Amino acid sequence: MATATTPNRSWYKRNEIAVTPWLFLLPGVIFFALYVIFPIFQSFWISFHEWDGLGEKTWVGTANYERLLGGDRKFETSFWNNIKWLVLYLLAIPMGLFISLFLNQKVFGIRLYKSMFFFPFVISQVVVGLVFSWFYLPNDGLFDVITGLVGIDIRGGVLGNPDTATYGIIAAGLWPQTAYCMILYLTGLNAVDPEQVEAARLDGAKGHKMLWYVIIPQLKPATFIAFVVTIIGALRSFDFIAVMTNGGPFGSTRVLSFYMFEESLSEFGFRMGYGAAIAVVLFFIMLIFITYFLWSMYQDEKGAR
Amino acid sequence: MFPKPLEKSSRSWQITYQMLLPVVLIIWLLPLIAVAIFSIKPDADFVNGNYWGVPSSFEFFTNYGKVFFESDMPRYLWNSVLITVPTVIGCIILSSMTGFALGVYKFRGNLLIFFMFIAGNFVPFQILMVPVRDLTLSLNLYDTKLGLVLFHVAFQTGFCTLFMRNFIRALPFPLIEAARVEGVAEWRIFVFIVLPLMKPALAALAVLIFTFIWNDYFWAIVLTQGPDSQPVTAGITSFNSQFRAAYHLMSAGSIVAALPPVIMFFAMQKHFIAGLTLGAVK
Repeated sequence: MATATTPNRSWYKRNEIAVTPWLFLLPGVIFFALYVIFPIFQSFWISFHEWDGLGEKTWVGTANYERLLGGDRKFETSFWNNIKWLVLYLLAIPMGLFISLFLNQKVFGIRLYKSMFFFPFVISQVVVGLVFSWFYLPNDGLFDVITGLVGIDIRGGVLGNPDTATYGIIAAGLWPQTAYCMILYLTGLNAVDPEQVEAARLDGAKGHKMLWYVIIPQLKPATFIAFVVTIIGALRSFDFIAVMTNGGPFGSTRVLSFYMFEESLSEFGFRMGYGAAIAVVLFFIMLIFITYFLWSMYQDEKGAR
Repeated sequence: MFPKPLEKSSRSWQITYQMLLPVVLIIWLLPLIAVAIFSIKPDADFVNGNYWGVPSSFEFFTNYGKVFFESDMPRYLWNSVLITVPTVIGCIILSSMTGFALGVYKFRGNLLIFFMFIAGNFVPFQILMVPVRDLTLSLNLYDTKLGLVLFHVAFQTGFCTLFMRNFIRALPFPLIEAARVEGVAEWRIFVFIVLPLMKPALAALAVLIFTFIWNDYFWAIVLTQGPDSQPVTAGITSFNSQFRAAYHLMSAGSIVAALPPVIMFFAMQKHFIAGLTLGAVK
């Protein structure tokens, strides 16, 4: 028998290399499975039910999804707002690149400048949201004061006007996100091969040509990470909306994550099944990107082996 | 170096650049500067509509004193500490173990488990909301700090494992092999050889996780309610309803709530950035 112990070498000793990784993995994997992996499937399951979070779940089949996709106006607004978030949030990447190029110099105090540019990212989104909502105050907010100088007047203030509210929130979100992309690119620029740059310079490349053909290709790893964190950030956006407009005015700033929260846990009642269905839709949107991210990372891993 | 180093540029651009830097910085931080000014203004300024002018008096101590002595703010801050610190410790313990297992050993399912951690970390966490809330309720941990800590530890383990595993893979493997030849037990290799080498990674993760958890809002409102266990991000909203439209106090409160991660960042800047930009350079 393989498991029979020899006098001085226990079963564990003989299988140490095979067993150890599993022992080390066990607590982490159990925790992660219990709180992350398993709940994903539970959400799928719950989305086929009607459930108030306390009593019995009632199986309703695909009714939640039919209601959701069959002309739920709130869902449509949320979905299109999510698309706006996705597209506009990506602006953080070029903006971050631009600022990093601006700051990539060696002058006195530049390190402090870099940290000061970065530090909006460290502040909690709740506080950034609050700060921006004061910035946008109708009449008294600095934004309104400045736009008033050039003769633009947004009725009800940026956040009080259904046409501008979502863009105002996205702008607030872009602030820390741009800072994050900036720091990624600053790190990337640090590692750009100076010899290639010199060689290209001798060949007469400069300005945007140099940037496009020599620098940006070398920044590819930084761009990939910037892309990953920006997409995830855009789809997770919740804090800003909850703090700045709470979904309003007239529900115009809802996104899927917020709508989901509102349906399952709010004064409107506990519709967990419907909320779970919204979350599942959000998950599938995310899955498109997750698949791509994992695939790229897998290619890297294969290359490393 | 790109763009062209300043020393090689024309004198006029050098001067312009030096002058441009502070101007751009002020524009960039304008919303924050505004709040900082708000927080030292007297109440009267807002009544009189003097939002953006010079403060009519300097009320730093009155405003911040109110935040600390006449509101629940200190309780919320303390709750945040009691949530954040155990989470950081828990994450680091769990993920240094998982990272070690995935980074050092070759076994079937290694990549699969690794990708499970990464994928779970990318998931929009709203999909976890209903089941996790239910789980926390059934463990009788709803509205407790422990309930929040357990979830945070589990969720952050995904990101931390990715980080630790990649860091460990970059360590010199012959070191571990040499120890094995010497007959050192595997868990001793972990404790006495790998862990000491992982110090920079541990520091980086500690500051990152501290910031992430301190700034968390979504899970705070999903899993807790009320000043007994809510962290400061959630507390700030009830603070604001206590002082509705008192912008000087709300600003002071917000600054207090945001400060600990900022201090952490400036104190541990090198580690913080090393952590955030992991993988940005190949």
